[in-house]
Amino acid sequence: MTVAVNPSQTGEPVFYLADEHPHPEGYSTSLGFWIYLMSDCLIFAILFATFGVLGANYAAGPAPKDLFDLDLVAVNTSMLLLSSITYGFAMLTMQQNKIAQTQMWLAITGLFGLAFIGIELTEFAHMIHEGATPQRSAFLSAFFTLVGTHGLHVSCGLIWLVTLMVQVGKFGLIEANRRRLMCLSMFWHFLDVVWIGVFTFVYLLGVLR
Amino acid sequence: MSPDLLKLIFGRLGIDSLPLHEPILVGTFVMVALGGITLFAGVTYFRLWGYLWREWFTTVDHKRIGIMYMILGIVMLLRGFADALMMRAQQALAFGGSEGFLPAHHYDQVFTAHGVIMIFFVAMPLVTGLMNYVVPLQIGARDVSFPFLNNFSFWMTVGGAVLVMASLFIGEFARTGWLAYPPLSNIGYSPDVGVDYYIWALQVAGVGTTLSGINLICTIVKLRCPGMTMMRMPVFTWTSLCTNILIVASFPVLTVVLALLSLDRYVGTNFFTNDFGGSPMMYVNLIWIWGHPEVYILVLPAFGIFSEVTSTFSGKRLFGYTSMVYATVVITILSYLVWLHHFFTMGSGASVNSFFGITTMIISIPTGAKMFNWLFTMYRGRIRFELPMMWTIAFMLTFVLGGMTGVLLAVPPADFVLHNSLFLIAHFHNVIIGGVVFGAFAGINYWFPKAFGFKLDPFWGKLSFWFWVTGFYLAFMPLYVLGLMGVTRRLRVFDDPSLQIWFVIAAIGAGLVFLGILSMLMQFAVSFLKREQLEDVTGDPWDARTLEWATSSPPPDYNFAFTPVVHDNDAWWDMKRRGYQRPLTGFKPIHMPSSTGTGIILAGFATAMGFGLIWYIWWLAAASFIAMLVVGIGHTFNYHRDFDIPADDVIRTEDARTKLLAGAK
Amino acid sequence: MSRLKILALLPLAVALSGCNYVVLAPAGDIAAQQRDLVIISTVLMLLIVVPVMALTVLFAWRYRQSNTEARYEPEWDHSTSLELVIWSAPLLIIVCLGALTWMGTHLLDPYRTLGRIHADRAVDQSKAPLEVDVVALDWKWLFIYPDYGIATVNDLAAPVDRPINFRITASSVMNSFYIPALAGQIYAMPGMETKLHAVVNHAGTYKGFSANYSGAGFSGMHFNFQGLDDKGFDAWIASAKSAGGSLGRAEYLQLEKPSQNEPVRRYGTIDSDLYRLILNMCVETGKMCQSEMMAIDAKGGRGHEGLNNTLPLAYDKYARRGTALGPEPTFVAGTCTPEAPQGKTTASITAPIDTTPLLGAGLKRPTFTPLKASSFFLGQRPKSDS
Repeated sequence: MTVAVNPSQTGEPVFYLADEHPHPEGYSTSLGFWIYLMSDCLIFAILFATFGVLGANYAAGPAPKDLFDLDLVAVNTSMLLLSSITYGFAMLTMQQNKIAQTQMWLAITGLFGLAFIGIELTEFAHMIHEGATPQRSAFLSAFFTLVGTHGLHVSCGLIWLVTLMVQVGKFGLIEANRRRLMCLSMFWHFLDVVWIGVFTFVYLLGVLR
Repeated sequence: MSPDLLKLIFGRLGIDSLPLHEPILVGTFVMVALGGITLFAGVTYFRLWGYLWREWFTTVDHKRIGIMYMILGIVMLLRGFADALMMRAQQALAFGGSEGFLPAHHYDQVFTAHGVIMIFFVAMPLVTGLMNYVVPLQIGARDVSFPFLNNFSFWMTVGGAVLVMASLFIGEFARTGWLAYPPLSNIGYSPDVGVDYYIWALQVAGVGTTLSGINLICTIVKLRCPGMTMMRMPVFTWTSLCTNILIVASFPVLTVVLALLSLDRYVGTNFFTNDFGGSPMMYVNLIWIWGHPEVYILVLPAFGIFSEVTSTFSGKRLFGYTSMVYATVVITILSYLVWLHHFFTMGSGASVNSFFGITTMIISIPTGAKMFNWLFTMYRGRIRFELPMMWTIAFMLTFVLGGMTGVLLAVPPADFVLHNSLFLIAHFHNVIIGGVVFGAFAGINYWFPKAFGFKLDPFWGKLSFWFWVTGFYLAFMPLYVLGLMGVTRRLRVFDDPSLQIWFVIAAIGAGLVFLGILSMLMQFAVSFLKREQLEDVTGDPWDARTLEWATSSPPPDYNFAFTPVVHDNDAWWDMKRRGYQRPLTGFKPIHMPSSTGTGIILAGFATAMGFGLIWYIWWLAAASFIAMLVVGIGHTFNYHRDFDIPADDVIRTEDARTKLLAGAK
Repeated sequence: MSRLKILALLPLAVALSGCNYVVLAPAGDIAAQQRDLVIISTVLMLLIVVPVMALTVLFAWRYRQSNTEARYEPEWDHSTSLELVIWSAPLLIIVCLGALTWMGTHLLDPYRTLGRIHADRAVDQSKAPLEVDVVALDWKWLFIYPDYGIATVNDLAAPVDRPINFRITASSVMNSFYIPALAGQIYAMPGMETKLHAVVNHAGTYKGFSANYSGAGFSGMHFNFQGLDDKGFDAWIASAKSAGGSLGRAEYLQLEKPSQNEPVRRYGTIDSDLYRLILNMCVETGKMCQSEMMAIDAKGGRGHEGLNNTLPLAYDKYARRGTALGPEPTFVAGTCTPEAPQGKTTASITAPIDTTPLLGAGLKRPTFTPLKASSFFLGQRPKSDS
């Protein structure tokens, strides 16, 4: 679209494009989505900062080492990491225009995501059942909010994933759907990266503390 | 009905939530209701609903959305200014044992609402509206990057404004000051709906603001016409770019901090409580990490407007374009490194305080450079004192004062004696009115002929200008004086009778500003009536320099029949100088986005959800949330969001303009 | 410097005489030094602000459209030397102001003890400073004089020329402790302690108030601060002592309840531990003190047994209430030890004893303390106790 215009060649300066082609649909989408992701990243940054400030205020209650089950979290982490890999396969098959296989990989990604959410909810339920509720201390408030916000994002991602599977099923791998799958892919990997931060700073360092 | 059932249906909303015992509010309600009914009846009588819905509410045209933002800003200005008048009157009266006319319960809401409305629902819409209208035209684009999102953003802003207005007649607004510091804003000390109104109004509007920020960044980065490199962008576009970067990089912080406060208030977490290890000081830090960039979000576009206006009306290229751009970028970055100067008195160490004090002062260097750039743009120019230029001169004289007191407040020991005093109030009104409001008015007067095809009436405009400027000085210079007498802000009653005279002067000043606002409304009305006399058919009434003046006034839906090609900073000036001939043939169909009602519907549900959460009407909140999800997902199943304007239509529009231009000559 | 000061004050004094510009004419040395900084900074900035305003008017007038004699150069838009000037002139001012800020902020740090009591008088080492504990309540001020065993509500007095060490906290919401005639303000926050060091040089009665909005009764939250000579101060103490009343934990819990426009009250005897309990938010019996809680947290919390040490909240200043969706409000119960660990309060910074004025030569420069991550973010020294 950006046409190199060199007035000196023609002599007369060119002040408008006589023959223009509109920007292709979704021309700004990936940039826009990147900027959105960065603003979301900032949300997580603030939640991490909050956890950093309040994370040691146990209010004479339990600390991370009393509460976290690292084995469970490790399983959970692997669920999310695997889902990222399978999403990658979905994108690869998408590029080869294989609708059925793309759908299959998307479904597998969704199942991993669902497993991740399920395990996380189990962990939360267990802690709340024990009495380690978000209200018990500032540390627990910050913990539940940070991890819960991530879980909420994954849940939104799952709703989005199902929607896209329906749309791919209905309309095929058309340009718009490819672009949407690409955006969801960025979103999904972004959540993976955030989770690595959560796993490291909240769980691992928490238990070490 | 049983109380349990009532509670299930209405939450904590009851007949006693209506402020029937406050005559001022009942009177206001009657006035607003009468006005509303008249408006509604008028629109119905003239059968305008269909037109409004099709052409305005559902439009994705950046120009119409921009105009709607401006209308929102001006309507909310009336509300916010009514609050200001009440405050000035209360403080002028409440002396010598008099309690004034506002009880604490009402007065505390008034100053909170004043701050929130003026920043979020006056200054932000005015600034966003101007950016929305002007930026795509200045860069030679047909629309913004995400036209549907633009419509949605606007309606979310309206949703926030609706919630704030609702708080006037249903329940109450926050009584915490405009930033709602905990512990005061936490459930223990503010158990009523006020803070919840505050939270949800800002959350709903904040989503809109963030999305519109993303949208405009993409527009500026991706949709510039050929030849317009970054360093050839008009300065207003540059400042808009920086402002939107600031929006995207700061509004998420506000979203989070308000979300944490709502968790504290709704489920009893302990982020900002005193007990259980919470830290109210963290709230203060976080909200100012958003709050300080917010100041620059507002003032940077105003700087851009002044740059355009100065260079246009001096008939000269902008002096020091490059340093202007770098100054803007430096301000953008530095605005993130100064937030702590809002609370030096919290007891941070001297090193921390002086670090933030000095970074604050450093911001005044690029700002000073900008000031000099405008000055030297005027130097050896031919200055035409039309209204936009008058506002600019008033800005230059006023803003340096505000900047000076600002730097003074950045010296921590000086801040210890002036913090939270009326000196501080005078300072930030000095920069916000002198910078942002004057800028918005300069912008309105400058771009109005572009938007509507006729100029604004200069007589009423000048009247408004002089009322505003003298009113501003009368209203705020006494506050500087009072600050030096050690008078603190947000006081409702006073003991010392020697202070009263200053408050009376300030109230008179506020009255003059009120006349200024009335004159401005009058200016719009008179200009509309005299629109044929004031008409401009050239599309370039000011002999201006940037691309938006290259097209007709008002511009056609598609902005430019052919995408322009740029060779110089002042693209239109360059085109005029080098004998640009407007193309008369060869028109082609133009690809444009179609209107959609999804934005207003989604925003409506978001507002309803906010209302449900404020009043603990859980079914309403849940139902609205689900409805939002369904409508949002449903919208993604619509793959046909564009249409082509047929070449015939383009030819018809352009031929009409050709005739007009011929008539003008 | 003094000449500058007089020059700057002159027009002000002429135009506005008869009013009480307490910020510009304070009665305490700290406030006077802060005033000096206000004036010096203003003068420094006027150096550039006045020319800018004058040039604006001049250029606007000279290059008006009707003045066709003025030069018109529509293409002139760059000048490297001018650019240098417009960037460096503000820079120079800010360099001066920045240096002044760095010095002033350290020298006038409210946590710093006094090195002098007046521009030309050093601190008298033989006299101990007056200790005053300040508590911001809803909506009144409680002043505790630990050395004299008395307390007052909305009434503060101090002997002239004797340094005062304030320790400041609040019971519920944020306030700001401010006596413009004495020294700059500092926030009063629940569970936190801030400090202020000041001295009053002239006898008299001055206004003190909260400078941070704190709710419905905020407007009435003011008090008189009296600067008294030594004899007068002793008499004031004696009258407070003879006032009778005693302030213990139970009385404090009554006093703490929100009330507006409180009259002056005096207590002849006090619970000597009261301030520490207020600061640690454990005046109510059975509640765990912040100091103890922080000590436990520093050792890694109390583990699973810590899940069972909360009790339903029985005492609340307003009413017993919780949140819409959360559980019943609770508080953390104290450990059953006879004596909670004695907390230590925030450190002060000791100033050298000299009388040099703010800009004087031979001044010992404040040392640079690297920023600590925690204090940087929280804007606060660690909580009262640790």
